[in-house]
Amino acid sequence: MTYSVPKVAGEVEAEVGREAESVWPLWEVFIRQKRGLSHVHAGSLHASDAEAALLAARDVYTRRVEGVSIWVVSSADIVASDPDDAPAFFESIEKPYRHATHYDIPDEVGQM
Amino acid sequence: MENGEARFRALLEAEEKIEPTDWMPEGYRQTLIRQIAQHAHSEIIGMQPEGNWISRAPTLRRKAILMAKVQDEAGHGLYLYSAAETLGVTRDQLMDLLHTGRQKYSSIFNYPTLSWADMGAIGWLVDGAAITNQVMLKRCSYGPYARAMVKICLEESFHQRQGYEIMLALCRGSEEQKAMAQDALNRWWWPSLMMFGPHDSESTHSEQSIEWKIKRVSNDDLRQQFVDMTVPQADYLGLVVPDPSLAWNEDRQHYDFGPIDWDEFWSVVKGHGPMNQERIEHKRRVWDEGAWVREAAAAFGERERNRGAA
Ligand SMILES: [Fe+2]
Ligand SMILES: [Fe+2]
Repeated sequence: MTYSVPKVAGEVEAEVGREAESVWPLWEVFIRQKRGLSHVHAGSLHASDAEAALLAARDVYTRRVEGVSIWVVSSADIVASDPDDAPAFFESIEKPYRHATHYDIPDEVGQM
Repeated sequence: MENGEARFRALLEAEEKIEPTDWMPEGYRQTLIRQIAQHAHSEIIGMQPEGNWISRAPTLRRKAILMAKVQDEAGHGLYLYSAAETLGVTRDQLMDLLHTGRQKYSSIFNYPTLSWADMGAIGWLVDGAAITNQVMLKRCSYGPYARAMVKICLEESFHQRQGYEIMLALCRGSEEQKAMAQDALNRWWWPSLMMFGPHDSESTHSEQSIEWKIKRVSNDDLRQQFVDMTVPQADYLGLVVPDPSLAWNEDRQHYDFGPIDWDEFWSVVKGHGPMNQERIEHKRRVWDEGAWVREAAAAFGERERNRGAA
């Protein structure tokens, strides 16, 4: 297929988990599509500093008026939950009474 | 990791995406790194054959369009490098593997762009083939790769249409212009078909990739899709596809087409195409020439961070 060139002599496997050497820090890019909407994650990029990251984000992620505002956040500053801990964070399926559909209201009452 | 394996299987089964933090088999990870890196390198090296014509575009409009397209390809490369990095490789490492020829890019970019009509043929055929492939990859099981494809596919449609428009303009022009368009089709047709890779019967990794849902359609099926889509477009231009065996097959409801020159294919993959050496040399030279910019920016960033900490 197009982007899977068959293997020939000289090719090597990439090394996983190697420390980055000289590379610029990683930034996460968030774009607000239009006023009144939230900033949504668009992707990430490497840049030397915050201002350079903002300029690069404009070039890489907004070439077609994708938005009206950009945030860049240093990826190292993001604190994420562990997918293995998902049950502890997201237990709402066990609490159906938190959902509107849990309650039986007679049709005669109308829209509620 | 027994649990991880079972969960991985279940996610694939349920048509859910695999995300960077999920457990995945080492083979799956390596296959993806290899393919996404090759894809990213293709976007970046692919800027060269078209960049070659920016300064010689026939009008200001065409020049602006071509610059926008080449800039898009840079963007595609960057989305894809980001996707590859989520698998645990570094950008520096991928650059190094490309520069030393230890990772490949699509062979199509090892052909020269000899005339302006090549800008038309590339947009129409090469981006057309890329779309066929990338639309499939939107359904790839690895989340970051699939998401990069969504964005890329939106932009590729512009690439193909501007290419076809160049071909249309040439075909509606003088005899010489039409001949130029025909010549470009003659040179780009077969390499475009080769973009889909070896026949399914020859392609060793294909089955595993399909099982892992990295790849959803076989090489030959994608190639057939591309031919079926493209031949009527060539007819409309009044151009002749350079394949005497090409014919509509009423039973199959597909076009039959002639044999591909696999010797040429393997020769280019192995590095003996007309432009292999020049493409990498150019890439390396530009990378080295930009070293001082990267160093200066890194030093500036370092100073800014220290200032923030103080
Ligand atoms: Fe592209
Ligand atoms: Fe493209």
